[in-house]
Amino acid sequence: MAKTVSFISRRFGKYDPWSLRDYEAHDGFKALRRALTMDGSDIAKLLSANGVQGRGGAAYDMGRKWTQARQEPGENKCVVCNADEGEPGTFKDRELLKRDPFQVLEGMIIAGWSVGANNGYLYLREEYAHLRTLLRNAIAQCEQAGYLGENILGSGLNYRIHLYSGAGAYVCGEGSALSESIEGKAGRPRKKPPYIKQCGVFHLPTCVNNVESLSIVPNVLLDDEGFYKRQGTPECPGTKMISVSGNVNKPGVFEIPFGLTIREIIDLAGGVTTGRSIRLVQLGGASGKIASPDQLDTPYTYNDLKNAGLTPVGSGAVLVVDERTSVIGFLRMIQEFFSHESCGQCTPCREGNRHIALFLDKIAAGEHTEKDVETMIKFANIMCNASLCGLGEAAQSALLSAVEHFPETFEIKEEVVIR
Amino acid sequence: MSKVHIKINNLPLEVEEGTLLIDAARLLNIDIPHMCYHPDQESKAHCRLCVVEVKGQRKLQTSCTTPVAEGMEVFTDTKKVYNAQVGVIELMLANHKQNCLSCARNGNCELQALCRRFNLLRPELPDVSSKEPLRVDNPAIVKDPAKCVKCGRCVKACEELQGICALTHSGRSENFKVTTAFDLPMWETDCILCGQCSLACPVGAIVEKDDTQGVWRAIHNGDKHVIVQVAPAVRVALGDEFGMEPGTLVTGKMVTALRMLGFNKVFDTNFAADLTIMEEGNELLERIKNGGKLPMITSCSPGWVNYVEKHHPELMEHLSTAKSPQGMFGAVSKTYYADKMGLDPHDIVTVSVMPCTAKKYEGKRPELGRDGYQDVDHVLTTRELAKLIRYEGVDLKNLPESDFDSPLGTATGAGAIFGTTGGVMEAALRTAYEVFTGKTLPRLDFEEVRGFEGIREATIDLDGTPLKIAVAHTLKNAEELLKRADEYAFIEVMACPGGCIGGGGQPIGTDNARRKKRIQALYDLDKSLPLRKSHENPEIQAIYRDYFGRPLSAKAHALLHTRYQEKPSISKQR
Repeated sequence: MAKTVSFISRRFGKYDPWSLRDYEAHDGFKALRRALTMDGSDIAKLLSANGVQGRGGAAYDMGRKWTQARQEPGENKCVVCNADEGEPGTFKDRELLKRDPFQVLEGMIIAGWSVGANNGYLYLREEYAHLRTLLRNAIAQCEQAGYLGENILGSGLNYRIHLYSGAGAYVCGEGSALSESIEGKAGRPRKKPPYIKQCGVFHLPTCVNNVESLSIVPNVLLDDEGFYKRQGTPECPGTKMISVSGNVNKPGVFEIPFGLTIREIIDLAGGVTTGRSIRLVQLGGASGKIASPDQLDTPYTYNDLKNAGLTPVGSGAVLVVDERTSVIGFLRMIQEFFSHESCGQCTPCREGNRHIALFLDKIAAGEHTEKDVETMIKFANIMCNASLCGLGEAAQSALLSAVEHFPETFEIKEEVVIR
Repeated sequence: MSKVHIKINNLPLEVEEGTLLIDAARLLNIDIPHMCYHPDQESKAHCRLCVVEVKGQRKLQTSCTTPVAEGMEVFTDTKKVYNAQVGVIELMLANHKQNCLSCARNGNCELQALCRRFNLLRPELPDVSSKEPLRVDNPAIVKDPAKCVKCGRCVKACEELQGICALTHSGRSENFKVTTAFDLPMWETDCILCGQCSLACPVGAIVEKDDTQGVWRAIHNGDKHVIVQVAPAVRVALGDEFGMEPGTLVTGKMVTALRMLGFNKVFDTNFAADLTIMEEGNELLERIKNGGKLPMITSCSPGWVNYVEKHHPELMEHLSTAKSPQGMFGAVSKTYYADKMGLDPHDIVTVSVMPCTAKKYEGKRPELGRDGYQDVDHVLTTRELAKLIRYEGVDLKNLPESDFDSPLGTATGAGAIFGTTGGVMEAALRTAYEVFTGKTLPRLDFEEVRGFEGIREATIDLDGTPLKIAVAHTLKNAEELLKRADEYAFIEVMACPGGCIGGGGQPIGTDNARRKKRIQALYDLDKSLPLRKSHENPEIQAIYRDYFGRPLSAKAHALLHTRYQEKPSISKQR
């Protein structure tokens, strides 16, 4: 276990998440007090200096995002905490919300101060309904104690946090669909431009951050010793919350320094069940690429994963699949997910998912031709290049990486004999 | 607006800041293929057909949403772009019921045109089109969901023009579709059957209900006296269907074509429009003099009447009781005309050619008929008339011209401008002024009510008496105007953009640019006519002398006026 670290997760199990008092006793809101003495732009710079990248999947420089949000003109801006943790096999945000809810709120308030927002929206996925009471309690206690409301801690900051819940659509993790959902509309992504940062929730400038990203903020602010930056590799400093699941002995959430190999991560989770061999590992959820067993020594950093043709971290999911599942079987399962979750607005995603499902059925039945595989890849690439939002763009990541890493899956089984 | 410099396929271009790439490309004579893009609508970026490569961008960008930027380099002709575009067409085609040869849009389908453009000889995808049946559940509009390409243009038309939102999206992924609230028949929702959705649809998923067969049978029946009336807006739009310059006036050729089709008499709705003005203009003066309900609001747009019945029953008393020109013509054709010709009204088949789908519904209204017959038997849209003319093999463009028949065929310029927004108002004012003041109008052109602005208002001086009036076209604008309706004495509302010339039954391809040309054509027609005031029409004078006595007489009331009833709508129910 020595390979895990405690930075973002340092309070897990150490305090009562129902009690603000207890949170305060564990350095709670110390970071906010410090932040309120700082200029908002310096907070953003501090994040950049620490190399913090957004944890939602796009890995955007977080300090840069906040700087842009700060510069965006607008009287009334919003911060959104994206807790629509919908990528299959991802559950680290759930732990962050459940075990340290005040830390998330503190991160949201600091974000409000830094970017100049008056309202924060915590968008919680429908499946996390059991956390609503806990979060409502945390918000109410913060309001009572003056961490939320008018003139917070005498700083002049007026800021409120609103808890919103989705209705169960995966695509609502996408910023503009999330905005639509908060507005009470069907969760379908919007065209871009305008971008969320200019025109998001209620058509106001909006800065969307992942739960983990916001949880990092208070810690980095208090990190006088430079602990965070010493973790990981020089190119990719810091720690990362990962969710390991699938055919492993001890699935769960781990905070690791960047740079462990995929193999070390699997070992952290107790290794593969009953010693079976690994068929594949999918990183970053259903929209992630899949790794073959000979890629397991790739270090878990943005760059190394990217260079290995894998999803650079993404949602932080590590799904281990053993030999009992075939690659084609796995791809069909992923496809079923996307065929269900596509919002249906744009042609490539709506129609593409349906046709690729049909091709995969054919391949699974061994009835495919070379032309079928060619056509399938063509349409997978069209989805990737021309879809309206990230869902369609990433829906065929697994398939396209399988074509690369598992070419045998698509080989023609035998000559078709025409009688 | 400042200019920016871009390159499209290495061709330099200076263009206004904010221009969308799809429009910029057109300046270089490059047509980027598109489906959900519509020049009069907010862009949607749903179909993904108009994607292009923008240097420095990893993903393809939709040219309908991407504005130009200084130094931008755009490519519309790379393999990646073509692959995506043809792929998107293939995806649409695989989910499109392909009975193209017997489709209402055969020959002017945008999907068909795209397949032709990209020479789609061997589509690679299996047919996955839905088996949803055709929905024929109202007299005006037919939906064929299996042909829908989900571009959303109909949804936007309903939302942006009318503010009704009778059409919407439901479901997700492959179940994503365009539908009504609770998937109800259109007439049971908030829909007013204006047909703007059918004009916006790129394929045959929403079309007018075809009544050409009924007309054809009536003509070929032999025992029936089949007469036709043609609305003012048809003559400036029909030419579009035959490759003529938009806004061309084809009255004479159209009359010849209708005779060749076999109609016994070819009459002019403009005559009935003059009659409407006589009744409506006098009704307005009557209301003003006797303290009747004001403002009086026009009732000749059937989409608007449907809207009042469904959404504003409280305004019912404000609607002019004068029937629409179609309704008046129908009544006159089976009474005055039947008498004059010595015909049994049951032997007369009255056909209307209208720029409008809602007129089909109006024609079936129980209010418009008596003694077991309807005043109007069949209503055709401009599009359907074009079909009948093609059926006959008639080359409209090169036909000689001929005149309407008498006695329902002479009209004034006032009747002609009924086809444009503001026209009914102007026509009514020309007559009301002279009746009210007993003086000759010093200036015939009421410029203040002309134009394409959504709402226009003016105060007219009736020789010392000020008359506050307002005009709105599209129901979204009407809704806005209604908020301050009590400021006015007289309001004209047309449901469709530009008035009837922009109606839901007009040729496919009707957009605001064409609408403006048609409006100009009608004003030009008005100007060219010797008589421009309804009350100066000799046939109108004759009908009052011989039949009705005077405007608003008991007989006129019985035949030329009606009242409407409140109707259910989905938003009122729930």
